[in-house]
Amino acid sequence: MSSALSAMKILQPLPVSTTATGFPENTLLDPLRSNSSFLGSTHKLRFNSLKPSSSSQRRSAVVAVSDVVKEKKLKSNSSLADLLITKEEGLELYEDMVLGRAFEDMCAQMYYRGKMFGFVHLYNGQEAVSTGFIKLLKKEDSVCSTYRDHVHALSKGVPASAVMSELFGKATGCCRGQGGSMHMFSKEHNLLGGFAFIGEGIPVATGAAFTSKYRREVLKEADCDHVTLAFFGDGTCNNGQFFECLNMAALWKLPIVFVVENNLWAIGMSHLRATSDPEIWKKGPAFGMPGVHVDGMDVLKVREVAKEAISRARRGEGPTLVECETYRFRGHSLADPDELRDPAEKARYAARDPIIALKKYMTANNLASEAELMAIEKKIDEVIEGAVEFADASPLPPRSQLLENVFADPKGFGIGPDGKYRCEDPKFTEGTAQV
Amino acid sequence: MAAIMQGIGAATNLSSSFSFDSKGFQLQSVKSLPERITSSLVVRSDGRVIPTSNLKARNVGGRLVTNAVAAKADGSTTSTASKPGHELLLFEALREGLEEEMDRDPRVCVVGEDVGHYGGSYKVTKDLAPKYGDLRVLDTPIAENSFTGMAVGAAMTGLRPIVEGMNMGFLLLAYNQISNNCGMLHYTSGGQFTIPVVIRGPGGVGRQLGAEHSQRLESYFQSIPGIQMVACSTPYNAKGLMKAAIRSENPVILFEHVLLYNLKERIPDEEYVLSLEEAEMVRPGEHITILTYSRMRYHVMQAAKTLVNKGYDPEVIDIRSLKPFDLHTIGNSVKKTHRVLIVEECMRTGGIGASLTAAINENFHDYLDAPVMCLSSQDVPTPYAGTLEEWTVVQPAQIVTAVEQLCQ
Repeated sequence: MSSALSAMKILQPLPVSTTATGFPENTLLDPLRSNSSFLGSTHKLRFNSLKPSSSSQRRSAVVAVSDVVKEKKLKSNSSLADLLITKEEGLELYEDMVLGRAFEDMCAQMYYRGKMFGFVHLYNGQEAVSTGFIKLLKKEDSVCSTYRDHVHALSKGVPASAVMSELFGKATGCCRGQGGSMHMFSKEHNLLGGFAFIGEGIPVATGAAFTSKYRREVLKEADCDHVTLAFFGDGTCNNGQFFECLNMAALWKLPIVFVVENNLWAIGMSHLRATSDPEIWKKGPAFGMPGVHVDGMDVLKVREVAKEAISRARRGEGPTLVECETYRFRGHSLADPDELRDPAEKARYAARDPIIALKKYMTANNLASEAELMAIEKKIDEVIEGAVEFADASPLPPRSQLLENVFADPKGFGIGPDGKYRCEDPKFTEGTAQV
Repeated sequence: MAAIMQGIGAATNLSSSFSFDSKGFQLQSVKSLPERITSSLVVRSDGRVIPTSNLKARNVGGRLVTNAVAAKADGSTTSTASKPGHELLLFEALREGLEEEMDRDPRVCVVGEDVGHYGGSYKVTKDLAPKYGDLRVLDTPIAENSFTGMAVGAAMTGLRPIVEGMNMGFLLLAYNQISNNCGMLHYTSGGQFTIPVVIRGPGGVGRQLGAEHSQRLESYFQSIPGIQMVACSTPYNAKGLMKAAIRSENPVILFEHVLLYNLKERIPDEEYVLSLEEAEMVRPGEHITILTYSRMRYHVMQAAKTLVNKGYDPEVIDIRSLKPFDLHTIGNSVKKTHRVLIVEECMRTGGIGASLTAAINENFHDYLDAPVMCLSSQDVPTPYAGTLEEWTVVQPAQIVTAVEQLCQ
């Protein structure tokens, strides 16, 4: 066990201790005493909700996947049955994370080449959260994100070509070029956005969860168990909409999981300088829902927590607040020089790159060979190249598109002086009509 | 023989106003749209438009009552003249419309503070929660921004929520969601998601409610692209607009007025839905066009009585649709009278009247014989003191003076 202990100390990521101190009641999670095959196991997450300030809290110790692997190797007879994932699942996770990383890297390139403009917020380093959660969802489940939404869109199934095209502002983009980087929407894949103001998407996600409950209880669709995930950052957790929605979701037991991507920085504002109590997971029990903290650089840990939170919501037991400790390797956006963050901190997290960690886990456990994983990387490169080509070749939106989606019912433009609805004017579709 | 206008001429306190086709106004072109049903047509045997006389507008304990309205003949009225209709108050008309739509479509739900068990602070949702359940008539915590956003999310995923602001002013807290999400998401998503929400609530200057409860938000919301705004003023149009707003695929903000909830009128028994984009001809005339909406309609009609006695013939139009403006009805009126007076309760700066003045000047400049005059409330936070409050809002005497000035 000594390796695990020393690993814990070294990998202390935050100045505020997130490991063993201060949680005497959580003996289940004391790594020294845990008997589970997975250090910092969250297998025992059965949220009996109603006691907010005591036993419904769960914390996992912050340990790297590689140390889990070491730990497992110390035990004898590790078999495939002890592993957290099957080969297929592992490959799926790996591919999704590589897709996210490669896509974001390509975005940076394209931005600096003048193919996309405005505010572009990249997700490098946080892939474990998106992949860990979204790959557990069904197509009918909904995801609601923020401006850092490219990878959430990809994980949810929006084709890379549609996302890239949207970033280039082309008519073939998922939002016809009208949304842009910060407003990715897909009705087909139930991606509800893409919001520029922080906190703005949380009520929308709460509404989607409300619809799910409404369909089951009012419209009597007994099999409607759709779950909604709301992703947002540490800065958002000081915003009123966050708290208001935690309250409503817990009050009505809505099938929603609030996923905090705590990357410690809101542009240049450190989470610790902005928040009186920086442990966000604690705010869940204050509203009557479980609050969980998980290592967001480790896709397997995230996945374990996500499984429980999502199935809890599906069972109708209500919301969960999951704080994922993660990190963005790049600046807040492509316009951010990122001079404020300590290089040592960046290096510490770079050493916990989720993609490399999963690769090590899979190869060490013989789930996949280096060659198979490299083949995936190559495949993704081709997907990304194809996406760029598609976006390049796509047309820009024509003028006629300007007014088309302002109203779902274009009668909303009103009646013109001639007595006809303005939308009946042939010039209207050309975008040259006077409105 | 003349079919008596329902309720008019009766001694009791009634306000009655009807939407109808006026001769000479080409509204036929929009008649083909299915939602646009005009009803309650009344025939006068000679087909003339006659303003009713000897009517007094009275303030009865907070209820502003007026009944200076004329109705107009239409060819096909014989069938409708026989329906007696039923009498109710404006808030009951809103509830009736709401209930009919909730019966018709199970996806329609109400979200707001005290709408459920309390029945609504102005009783618009009374008895609906016991009938439809706590989830369909949802009592929310006091979190306007979030529950409005929640309604937007619910609308995006298939429901048709109606958000009630207990007082319109509270919706300022939801401005973020109304502007950014309600109005914009249909466009930003490239048309993928529709937001068929209705946002409604009482606004306007009441009886000494103080500055924050006396706000007129129509001017604040009017620039938001992607939303429609309507203001109801009579039980008849309240019910019709409520139903139209619920059925619309666009987000609609329905402005009610605190002082108009107890207006009584006889409305048809048969179902009707009004058009969200059309204005209502209240009183045809020849000398001047007076454009108004909501409570100011009654101040205008009160002034109209005085004006008629002085020999003027004002044409009064309740614009109803605050965004977009019905430039057809308005335009035809301007072309006839060549003079325009706008009377509104909004504040002067950036109000609905300001936009309307601009629209009229842009579109109908050649037809004007005088500058467009706009009477609005003072740019003042509404004071508590009754006398001061009275002076912030346009009063009938000012309207009379303005008309006299314009018609010189």
